[in-house]
Amino acid sequence: MLVNNFLILGAVLFSIGVYGVIARKNAVLVLMSIELILNSVNINLLAFDRINGTQDGAVFALYIIAIAAAEVGVGLAMVLLIFRNRKTIALDDLSEMKG
Amino acid sequence: MFSFASPVVDFHALAPELVLAVGICLVILVDLFVPDHRRWVTGTLSGFVMLAALLPVVTLSVLGDDVRSALMDGELNQGITGRYVVDNFALVMKALFLLSGYVVVLLSANSIEEGGYNQGEFYTLLLSSVLGMVMIASSRDLVSLFVALEFLSIPAYMMAAWKKRDRKSNEAGVKYYLLGVFASAVMLYGMSLLYGLAGSTLLTDIAAAVQLDGDKVGVQVLGIVFVIIGFAFKISAVPFHTWAPDTYEGAPTPVTAFLSVASKAAGFVGLIVLVFIAFPLAQDVYRPFMWVMAALTMTVGNLVALKQKNIVRMLAYSSISQGGFILMPLAVAFTNGNQGASLRAVMVYLIIYAATNLGAFAVIIAVSRKTNSGEISSFGGLFSYAPGLTVLMTIFLASLAGIPPLGGWYAKFGAFKAAVDAAGGWGYSIAVIGAVNAVIATAYYITVMREMWMKPVPDGDTTPIKVPASLQAALAICGVLTLVLGVLPGLIAKVGDITDLTGALLP
Repeated sequence: MLVNNFLILGAVLFSIGVYGVIARKNAVLVLMSIELILNSVNINLLAFDRINGTQDGAVFALYIIAIAAAEVGVGLAMVLLIFRNRKTIALDDLSEMKG
Repeated sequence: MFSFASPVVDFHALAPELVLAVGICLVILVDLFVPDHRRWVTGTLSGFVMLAALLPVVTLSVLGDDVRSALMDGELNQGITGRYVVDNFALVMKALFLLSGYVVVLLSANSIEEGGYNQGEFYTLLLSSVLGMVMIASSRDLVSLFVALEFLSIPAYMMAAWKKRDRKSNEAGVKYYLLGVFASAVMLYGMSLLYGLAGSTLLTDIAAAVQLDGDKVGVQVLGIVFVIIGFAFKISAVPFHTWAPDTYEGAPTPVTAFLSVASKAAGFVGLIVLVFIAFPLAQDVYRPFMWVMAALTMTVGNLVALKQKNIVRMLAYSSISQGGFILMPLAVAFTNGNQGASLRAVMVYLIIYAATNLGAFAVIIAVSRKTNSGEISSFGGLFSYAPGLTVLMTIFLASLAGIPPLGGWYAKFGAFKAAVDAAGGWGYSIAVIGAVNAVIATAYYITVMREMWMKPVPDGDTTPIKVPASLQAALAICGVLTLVLGVLPGLIAKVGDITDLTGALLP
């Protein structure tokens, strides 16, 4: 069925996103990878919505889009904060506390 | 053509949330119009808002039906009833969140004012986060669970990074934010799979779809594991705890108290709702997974806490290991008919742990106002110049260690009882691991006690500590609760009956 392809696309996007979060050292790129995961969830929800024939999934996706925007707003503000204090956004440099 | 028809709203059931929402707007407005040197009124106001929101919680528990759905089906729309429920479980947790929110307001009053941070915004965010927690207690649906979880997390990310010029606080905020958002994204992927299986986001429908049979077992397992990971991050269970020590150390201390108590309790509320309503028939997946997490959380948290030199960091690891003890009864729930005991154990533990841990942080805040240090050695000789604080800190630490007759003893007793009731390999093995850890934990609590009672004052400065009135109030609330709940555990022995949790699988 055609809908299955969307689920595969969702799974692939999810994997790319997880890889990005783990492998990238730049805070903004990590944020973008997290966005990829959230979008893979949206694709999944809409595909399942179609399979199940209910509207819950579409509603859920709308909430995710709105909240993801708020989340990224906070995240970028924090990245700016770090950049002002340190002149870098490399995550490896965030090692003030250990143990 | 579709036309919008609003559901029938039970305003009495929604009253705590509405009071908080109005209060948030009020704090923002007041913050706009008061001059800088009087900004502290926003703190007082938000304390009153928390208490005002507690009123409808009390009236709801005294009057009316045991269970009410805040949003109900209207004539034109169906399927809304049961997604946002006010039952006795939700009321108890709401009261816990509001009270600990109130204590956190008392804790932050002086540190936020003296640090010169933006007070109005701080209290607005604190209230928003508490509103999210109050919402998560009522959520019985994936969408509301997710929205409430984000509602309580996003303000907390900002509060962790509140000291703008402080590099440690920045680091605390960013670590908390990145790992938190990642965990909730993974959780959402799990939720999308669960929705796909059940065709509905209602938790009771998911329970019917997730029974580990049929040809979609793999997807069911993946969905359950991913969703549990999302909440395991919130409760800082090992191996999802890496953010906790750094965030706790770097964030302002009142925020640390808030995160280690209220935010952790909110994560547990999510886990309780999932385990008891959505996954009761999938225990072959969640039991081994959460068993391993509980065992690791207790052990790793304790062993690392032993070698800490900074008291906030030590309490961070201690709160990780306490999380393991709370997870223990949850991991073996629905084994040998112990679900009633395990729900009660988790709720009682959360209540007592909140009182005790907030109290310990209140003492730390009071002492560091004088010493300006977070080292354990700065507590040396505390008894010679602050005997009251020393006695209180000893009570709190002894309660965390589980020494009778303090509250922590009864909490641990309940957790072990639920594990032993589970019988069989799972229950007995986790009880043994827990018992060993309870002994190890005593070691680092006693280290601090020894510093306070027996060591000399490090810098010889024995001027008494002036404790501000708001901190005194917080210390009094926490101290009284820790003592009374230990001596008279009957007061909360009725809390957390499994029939109070709407939709839970009953024996």
